[in-house]
Amino acid sequence: METTQLIYAVTGALIIGLGLSAALRDEPLLARIIAINIAGVGVFLLFVAIAYRGFGQTADPIPHALVLTGIVVAVAASGLAIAINRRLHHDSPSGDGPAEDSSA
Amino acid sequence: MSDLLIALATLPLWASLGCLLWPRLADLLSPLVALALVGCSLLLLDAIAATPVILHHLGGWGGDLGISLRADALSALLLALGTVVTLAATLFARRYFTDDQVRYRFWPLWWLLNGAINALLLSADLFNLYVTLELLGLSAAALCTLGKDKPQALRAALRYLLLGLIGSLLYLTGVALVYAEYGTLAIPSLAQQIQASPASLTALLLLSSGLLIKCALLPLHIWLPAAHSSAPAPVSAVLSALVVKVTFYLLLRLWFELFTAVITPAFATLIGTMGATAVIWGSWRALMSTRLKLMAAYSTVSQMGYLFLFVPILLALPDHDSRALAFGALVLFALNHGIAKAALFLAIGIIQQRLGHDQVDRINGVARQLPVTLFAVALAGSALVGLPPSGAFLAKWTLISASLVTAQWWWLLVAVIGTLLAAAYLVRVLGAAFAPAEPPPPTGKQLLSGELPALLLAAMATLGLGLGAAPIWSLLAPTGLGNIL
Repeated sequence: METTQLIYAVTGALIIGLGLSAALRDEPLLARIIAINIAGVGVFLLFVAIAYRGFGQTADPIPHALVLTGIVVAVAASGLAIAINRRLHHDSPSGDGPAEDSSA
Repeated sequence: MSDLLIALATLPLWASLGCLLWPRLADLLSPLVALALVGCSLLLLDAIAATPVILHHLGGWGGDLGISLRADALSALLLALGTVVTLAATLFARRYFTDDQVRYRFWPLWWLLNGAINALLLSADLFNLYVTLELLGLSAAALCTLGKDKPQALRAALRYLLLGLIGSLLYLTGVALVYAEYGTLAIPSLAQQIQASPASLTALLLLSSGLLIKCALLPLHIWLPAAHSSAPAPVSAVLSALVVKVTFYLLLRLWFELFTAVITPAFATLIGTMGATAVIWGSWRALMSTRLKLMAAYSTVSQMGYLFLFVPILLALPDHDSRALAFGALVLFALNHGIAKAALFLAIGIIQQRLGHDQVDRINGVARQLPVTLFAVALAGSALVGLPPSGAFLAKWTLISASLVTAQWWWLLVAVIGTLLAAAYLVRVLGAAFAPAEPPPPTGKQLLSGELPALLLAAMATLGLGLGAAPIWSLLAPTGLGNIL
């Protein structure tokens, strides 16, 4: 593994650690969703580092495709979490009410 | 034959789309789709008996680059479990949701969840599996929000979703490491390449810990009781019977097919110990819980624990024949729990609808109101305890004798204590239900067809699986599970 690649991979791993430790703490929900997204960014950076094949050479395309899919999944998951959270704050005292959007 | 694989993976997705576009037709469409899927999975079992592994490369792309679908005896058996439980829960759900709005939102998510389960069982590469895991987690969390007791259901769903996401991220990090080390994610080619190395060990730990969160192995089970007990009854049934089980299936593939060279006896003992704690703690909490659904949810924690008990025993068994025997018992246990727990949740759903609550100490007299449902509870309960002739009896018997053969007698102790506790929580419910009520309740007019799905599932677990278990071993024999069998 080259130094450039290693720097990116280690940074990615650190970001994952930061994000996960914040996500597991007892923070407000929005902070935890953001923390999970940050951890996700760390994983994507790890994939980007893996795709590197040396200066001036084309990168491995497969990890890029994986990152794209991962981003789509992360957006959908964050959307669903925020939608549930909004429902919880809107009608938590009253109980049943018509839902606007419970799926993302 | 590959048409069967494609049908099983895509039919639920089409159904989901159909139910979204024509919500009024959903009640009609869903049972037909469920029936078709059961047919496909039975045909697949038949095909597997002739050809042990069916592999299909979608679009003609090769295995390392494109998306492949693969079925062998293990995935075909779990697919059969999945489609049968889904059919019963679908028939049940048609009557369960009285509010049209809730029902219109339920069906698309329901088929999405089912599609994720089938796709997970058929996927043959690690990244595809990540996508199916996310689809599974998202649709399951969204279904949990449909529970009646709103703030509680929403909170449980949110917690389930967030912990699931954390689990997926750990899994994805593991996938990245595997790709960095071996340059492919296709399971068939990885199975021949993975060697013991620090990178492989890190990858294994990341993949396993991510999946163990989703599998709810103690101490990572904290999300399960709330999520499974506050969801609507058909959803709880599928969550407990299938969703945790397919993640366990994935762990089996990882441990015994891919990372065989990396797994050490110490790792297996650690997993076994966590399983043993889950068996005892889960059963104890089930015995102590005040609500029927909570009891069933904790019972899932303990029953999943048994599956993990098999891991150290399987690794320690000396020869191929005894491993094959124990592996068949493991699969039988999983099938038995899936069917019996689904039956239990559906039956509890009926009791809850009739009484308006599911408090264990206030269900006296329910045996006279809902005799058929109570019979289903008793049958499902005896399959969970492991009374003969249920499948769990055979499986536990094999587990106990294998633990003696491998000189690990402490697992026997765990199995015995767990079984006694399970019998205790079953008897507690039955005792309460048969207690006389004052004033005597009116004998009910529950439609038999509403109670039938639970009863048929329970009978299948107790009688069908126990007496007809032999084909499981003969199906599993040609392929077994990759490298250890």
